[in-house]
Amino acid sequence: MNGLTKRFGSVVANNAVDLTLHRGEVLALLGENGAGKTTLMNMLFGHYMPDEGTVDVADDAGALHPLMLGHPQAALAAGIGMVHQHFTLAENLNALDNIVLGSEPLRMLKRDRVGARAKIARIMEHTGLQAQLDVPVGKMSVGERQRVEILKALYRDVRILVLDEPTAVLTPQEADTLFDSIVAMTREGLSVIFISHKLREVLAFSHRIAVLRHGEKVGEIATDEADERVIARMMVGADTPETPRSELPPGAPVLQLKNLSVAGRSKRDSLEDVTLTVHQHEILGIAGVSGNGQSALAGVISGLNQPTGGTLTVDETAIANPTPRKMIHAGVGRIPEDRHHDGIVGAMSVAENMVIERLDEPGVQANGLLKRDAIRANADRLAADYDVRGPGVTARARLLSGGNIQKLILARVFEQNPKLILANQPTRGLDMGAAAEVARRLLEARTRGAGIVLISEDLDEVLSLADRIMVIHDGALIEANSRDREHIGLMMAGELT
Amino acid sequence: MIRIEPRQSSSRLMTLGIPVLSAFVALALAALPLAFAGANVTTAYQEMFKGVFGSTFAFTEMLTRATPLIFTGLAAALAFRAKLWNIGAEGQLYLGAMAAVAIGAGAIDAPSFVLIPLIVLFGCAAGAVGMAVPTVLKSRFGADEVVTTLLLNFVILIFLQMMLEGPLKDPMGLGWPQSPPILDQGMLPPLMDRMRVHSGLIIALVCAGVAQFMLARSVWGFKLRAVGENAAAAKHAGIRVNRSLMSVAIVSGALAGMAGVSEVAGLKGYLTADLSPGFGYTGIVVAMLAGLSPVGVVMSAVFIASVFVGADSMSRAMGVSSYLADLVVSMSLLCVLIGGFFARYRIALVKTPKGEQA
Repeated sequence: MNGLTKRFGSVVANNAVDLTLHRGEVLALLGENGAGKTTLMNMLFGHYMPDEGTVDVADDAGALHPLMLGHPQAALAAGIGMVHQHFTLAENLNALDNIVLGSEPLRMLKRDRVGARAKIARIMEHTGLQAQLDVPVGKMSVGERQRVEILKALYRDVRILVLDEPTAVLTPQEADTLFDSIVAMTREGLSVIFISHKLREVLAFSHRIAVLRHGEKVGEIATDEADERVIARMMVGADTPETPRSELPPGAPVLQLKNLSVAGRSKRDSLEDVTLTVHQHEILGIAGVSGNGQSALAGVISGLNQPTGGTLTVDETAIANPTPRKMIHAGVGRIPEDRHHDGIVGAMSVAENMVIERLDEPGVQANGLLKRDAIRANADRLAADYDVRGPGVTARARLLSGGNIQKLILARVFEQNPKLILANQPTRGLDMGAAAEVARRLLEARTRGAGIVLISEDLDEVLSLADRIMVIHDGALIEANSRDREHIGLMMAGELT
Repeated sequence: MIRIEPRQSSSRLMTLGIPVLSAFVALALAALPLAFAGANVTTAYQEMFKGVFGSTFAFTEMLTRATPLIFTGLAAALAFRAKLWNIGAEGQLYLGAMAAVAIGAGAIDAPSFVLIPLIVLFGCAAGAVGMAVPTVLKSRFGADEVVTTLLLNFVILIFLQMMLEGPLKDPMGLGWPQSPPILDQGMLPPLMDRMRVHSGLIIALVCAGVAQFMLARSVWGFKLRAVGENAAAAKHAGIRVNRSLMSVAIVSGALAGMAGVSEVAGLKGYLTADLSPGFGYTGIVVAMLAGLSPVGVVMSAVFIASVFVGADSMSRAMGVSSYLADLVVSMSLLCVLIGGFFARYRIALVKTPKGEQA
């Protein structure tokens, strides 16, 4: 890829990026959110048309040919396959149909399923990627879906495979298995580019690392010569500050769940007989693979879900039928998982979003009318204190970047000095700077005396922040007695209790 | 290759300019069927203009026509802001009108300053009930309010016909299905001598002003906007969504009911089953043209009333069908919708480089 540039309006998403991928190589593409990784890959795959630059792809003989850009078909024909972060499988079809879908001509009357099956079996044998071909994708675990996605790409005889954050939804063990397969495939001559946030897996499995920052390639390094500090410095352009944490004895309990159950529509949003206690000065980390009941747990603590059994006690007061309102009044600060969907009203102003949880208070309204000056002053102060950057506090909240939206929510939550904080995936999708800010604020609240429930799929985050760790699997919570990542990983997979 | 890209931002000029531009485009497009009907287009538009601005009478007639449209437009605009799709303003209008004649046509004999507020109160209450019922069905049972409010229009219309043949029938009406007239002291006073424009217009303008103010400045309006723009986030933030929806349903229904009160107690004096030529439905167009802004509703109601009144007068002068008015109104709505698309997206021409092969 030579000098690829892509602009969206006045924003330069990629600026003159050069990238070389060798046969049989695993190249890790790193960068903060918004650094332009996905844009770059989308240009390679033909989803976006670059404003400048060219891509050359080698054929089987090794001769380079220019690739026609802006056409996914051309990319496919040149042997480039992409597995997106969000799966693109048809849930009602089985794995075999999904794999074959799109690569067989529509006008063919009889479908050659026997041949297809044999070819897939061959690929599975070679790579160690296993999937049940006759099971509908909708019934599969995320790990298996991911394997189907990759098989789908391999079925089309790709020589270059692009994986966009492939391990975001996998347990550590599943991720390791996936990378073992990838290493096996590269021995057959496949080249892989994978986008990731997780430095650990990048260091463990790639041959070479390229780092993007603000749309430009700022560094390239052989993995043998890299360590986490070097890469982190390349990504943010500076050393990330270590978050200081002090030893604090836990205080009185602020949240108690006793034998709490939630009957959701499916297993993934149900809880079974959950008991936990969070004390003052304590961060309770909830580790687990996505879809194991985290949303039900967060739903109950934020007041969105009604428990079907058991008791919920906040700060010594039992709360019978939790609603968001009751929880807010009880002193619970909530950082929702999906900050765009549940955290802000994007069409309303930053200032309005900062007071949306306390519309009843005299500081915000008098006699049912909004105190606009007070709301404005509050927003100016919070935006300065929490470093919320954007087009201004009167602008629509959706114009803020993801990190700044999270800072807005942090400002709203922490300003109320909550006794209990629910932080559900608080750093998901954030760049390192914003993520470090979230961690710092959580630790600060812990020092002040708040109890914190930290739900995260990022085990490293749980390990670095939590005083105590519980693992959620199939709607049940188990205390982790060890901080060993291997041990917790097995618990996340439900293999240890 | 042509690509459709979202715009980075929509300018203020665009949000204001597009409805105005759409109105002109619609008028221009209406020249085609006019010419096709054999009329001289310039003369036709002159007649149309004269029919609205040519005399005091013409102008007040337009305002008289705009009055119910402001009420139904506000009813739709407020409900739509909360994403509560009230398609039932037509039915709520008739509920309001029925309540007005039930109270005002002799049931209570009181001086104006008592009777008029009573008529307004009951008319609004009847309209509010008409919207509250489908809203309860929505929040309790998840019934789609588009369907329930729309179908209730027909239920209410049939109920009206039953009432006009029964309890509300005028014994002095020579057998016509119409209600007895509202008492003189129950009528909304006219604004000018010998003109039909009445004080319902003043009430409508006040309602628009109050609605605009409440939407922007009150906690009620804040909650309504939050629920409409992102109900999940509103719920998460502790706003009681169903309560908010119910309050806007009551206000929306009451405004639609007020349209009925204003027509029957301001203009006609008695109630028939053809009181409204679809004011409830036209109110939706008014609200959409106004971009759901209450002050905008006043302007778009005036525009649509002008088109209708102007087209009536043009059809009398030129002998072309007054259905042309419906054509202009519907085309301006289409133009606004298309214009709204261009405000959010732009068409970009993407050059495909030649000479490159895969």
